[in-house]
Amino acid sequence: MASARLVGFAGLILLLVAGAAPASADDFAALVGGLAGDSFAEKQRAVVALGTLGDARAIPILQALADERLLKGSDARIAISATDGGTARVRDAVTGADIPDIDLPGFGRIIVNNRLRGAIKVALGALTLFSSDPADRLAAAQDALRHPSAEEAALLEKAIAAEQNSDIRAAMQQSLAAARLVSGSKQERLAAIQALSTTTDPQIKNLLEEFRTSPGADPELRKAADAALASIGNRLWLVGLAANLFQGISLGSVLLLAAIGLAITFGVMGVINMAHGEMIMLGAYTAFVCQQLFRSFLPAGWIDAYLLVAVPVAFLFAGGVGVVLERSVIRFLYGRPLETLLATWGVSLILQQAVRSIFGSPNKEVSNPSWMTGGFDPIGGFTVTWSRLYIIIFCFIVLGVLALVLNRTAFGLHMRAVTQNRPMASVMGIRTARVDALTFGLGSGIAGMAGVALTQVGNVSPNLGTIYIVDSFLVVVFGGVGNLMGTLVGALSLGIVNKFLEPVAGAILGKIVILVAIILFIQWRPRGLFALRGRIAEAEA
Amino acid sequence: MAVAPGVGARSAWGPGFWASFAACALVLTLVVPVLNIWVAPDSPVALPDYLVPLLGKYLCYALLALSLDLIWGYAGILSLGHGAFFALGGYCMGMYLMRQIGTRGVYGNPLLPDFMVFLNWKELPWFWWGFDHFAYAAAMVVLVPGLLALVFGWLAFRSRVTGVYLSIITQAMTYALMLAFFRNDMGFGGNNGLTDYKDILGWDVHWSSTRLALYLASALALGLGYLACRFITVSKLGRVLLALRDAESRVRFLGYSVTNAKLFVFTFSAVLAGIAGALYVPQVGIINPSEFSPGNSIEIAIWVSVGGRGSLLGPIVGAVLVNLAKTWLTGAAPETWLFVLGALFVVMTLVFPRGLAGLTRRPDRIRPSVAVPVPAGEQA
Repeated sequence: MASARLVGFAGLILLLVAGAAPASADDFAALVGGLAGDSFAEKQRAVVALGTLGDARAIPILQALADERLLKGSDARIAISATDGGTARVRDAVTGADIPDIDLPGFGRIIVNNRLRGAIKVALGALTLFSSDPADRLAAAQDALRHPSAEEAALLEKAIAAEQNSDIRAAMQQSLAAARLVSGSKQERLAAIQALSTTTDPQIKNLLEEFRTSPGADPELRKAADAALASIGNRLWLVGLAANLFQGISLGSVLLLAAIGLAITFGVMGVINMAHGEMIMLGAYTAFVCQQLFRSFLPAGWIDAYLLVAVPVAFLFAGGVGVVLERSVIRFLYGRPLETLLATWGVSLILQQAVRSIFGSPNKEVSNPSWMTGGFDPIGGFTVTWSRLYIIIFCFIVLGVLALVLNRTAFGLHMRAVTQNRPMASVMGIRTARVDALTFGLGSGIAGMAGVALTQVGNVSPNLGTIYIVDSFLVVVFGGVGNLMGTLVGALSLGIVNKFLEPVAGAILGKIVILVAIILFIQWRPRGLFALRGRIAEAEA
Repeated sequence: MAVAPGVGARSAWGPGFWASFAACALVLTLVVPVLNIWVAPDSPVALPDYLVPLLGKYLCYALLALSLDLIWGYAGILSLGHGAFFALGGYCMGMYLMRQIGTRGVYGNPLLPDFMVFLNWKELPWFWWGFDHFAYAAAMVVLVPGLLALVFGWLAFRSRVTGVYLSIITQAMTYALMLAFFRNDMGFGGNNGLTDYKDILGWDVHWSSTRLALYLASALALGLGYLACRFITVSKLGRVLLALRDAESRVRFLGYSVTNAKLFVFTFSAVLAGIAGALYVPQVGIINPSEFSPGNSIEIAIWVSVGGRGSLLGPIVGAVLVNLAKTWLTGAAPETWLFVLGALFVVMTLVFPRGLAGLTRRPDRIRPSVAVPVPAGEQA
């Protein structure tokens, strides 16, 4: 026991000595030679010195040492052995040149122990700051936040001076400030606190809080830390707000896409289409089929375009199914809304089972095209993903085009005429049956496009539609039937409220709260947020 | 829609009715026990033990269909959340059955059901108090669905939420309840629900005699439910219900309280559904949140629709027939069941809007072959 402690103590002293020893770039080779030292202590000194040297050449050497692949030649040469595609290769550790005439008996493995492995890990962590891979450097810079110290600060300074990439440099500077906060002079600490006050990193927040509550803190520094913490708190609150708002709008736009079609079939025509969700599902499967066709029949570079093709195809396909459904079932049920509800529910069961029979029940994978993957960070702290942003944009384009069609085209005029006064429209020469079929087809087609959009944020399965059907109806009923503006406001407000409730109440409880709120809301305004007034409303009442 | 034939008060309780009612009751209550107990097991007409709870289950479904028919067929209220009342009644019974397990559970805790021990709960939540007494549980079977229906109906009918809007918010209600019951920390067993029952009123639920008794209890409940519904529909209240189904505003202008009439019949119907659920649970041996799913509630509507809404006998027959078909098809060709069910929905509404009951009656009104769209109105 006693001897072990003694060795440990000696090791500690050696570590300190080694850490303090100045090491210049010139003696890289000498230090590498030191790795083959006679005692573990000597090796450890060399490892620590290599770590503080900040020379990226040391990374493979230290890795080899940790894996016991580092060899010592009889001529004091140090070499790395590696297996490269099954054949063993030996390289000179300092120059990196291959040693072709392997004289393996002349080389001996350099032995390491656990203490040495620990030292190697620390040294490697520091050295990664100088790695040639930017991703590694960034990770190391962020990792440095976790163990701020004076040595870390020195290393980071060195790394910042060499760093070209501005993002990585910013991360390093942040870690440097954190290190200075722990170990710097008062002036340095003040500057560090200032620098840290613009961050949103919870780790730094914790660090500052720790610093503030540490017993020996200078009152001036403590005050500065308080101010910095307040500013971080504000910033975090803002970022949280922005993130919730974006996610809320994103959810709202998904709901809106799912509900726009329903706003036409239910809102304008008064048809309770329980198969609406299945139109969305058909659209999603159209996207899946398009993707598979692109994969198998077109050159690899074209795959990114499948989504652009899927949107109109899904519109036509789901719209076509809608027209068939209207002509074969729904037209016999006009004026009997509850029976329409049951019949279309039956249709939805048939469509679901048909898709299940064709494609199977497991989820299908629809991948994001490359231009929709990833995202960007607008203010620091949360990521706006491209797919969600595009869906929001797409949703508003659909809504805009639909408003134009309804208000500015002959078809839209006919549609409104038939809705408002069917006999009169018919007398004026409008073919009402054709308008009915096309209107229903339009609503279904939009649902199909919504399905394509949904493949980008969720799974594609035969019961995709049932997930959205209750929500879609609630959006339409909440917003007020027969009113696109109401649908827009209804969807966005439901989406945003949902996202703001989620962190407070949890996802499921939040949803329950919203359902109950809507049930109560309908008691208060039975015709929705934007109720139609006047003669049309009278006719409906 | 015209007043359905056969609801004239004069003939409603005549000897002809009682004779046919007694005949049906005898068939239901005698044939099954006789075939189950006294016929030799190897005889072709013998009823094996495992079929008794299945038949009992159909009777519970029939009672559920009857309860929906009372409000949909007679008062024009299509509730797409009736499965929620059924499930609530079932949960009340399930809670009683869970408390009867006592120390025979996996963890052997005398007070807490297994899932609470598993969740590391120390005390029985207040809403479980009293459920070890059958009388209390039975009262809750009536009170919980009844009170929910009363509050929900009061809110909805008072603000004159009708037609599809009502259907959609009842659907939202059952959906919300489903989400709530799926949560583990609600205290109702989460998605596993309540199961692994041991005994009811001291009898082991697995005994064939207990199962037969439960079957007979279901038959009794169905018979009494039928009589009660018949009593309501032939009474003056029944006439008001029919009238408000066909022209709600007119009834209101004539001075009847539409809200109260609807509220009464909706609450009564929910209580019937709750009782059906309570009888259902010990026979199938489990209750879980999927009973709340909106799809289940819509399925009830198709039983009623197949049998013929607006006739009390039709939905009973419809529920039994559809479920027989379901049992048979999901066993024989599972992938075709949804096609059949879907087609049933479409065909019944398009071709036989009055269901099987409509086949036995002379058509008193011929529908126009091509209807025209009228926004959601009163003839819902």
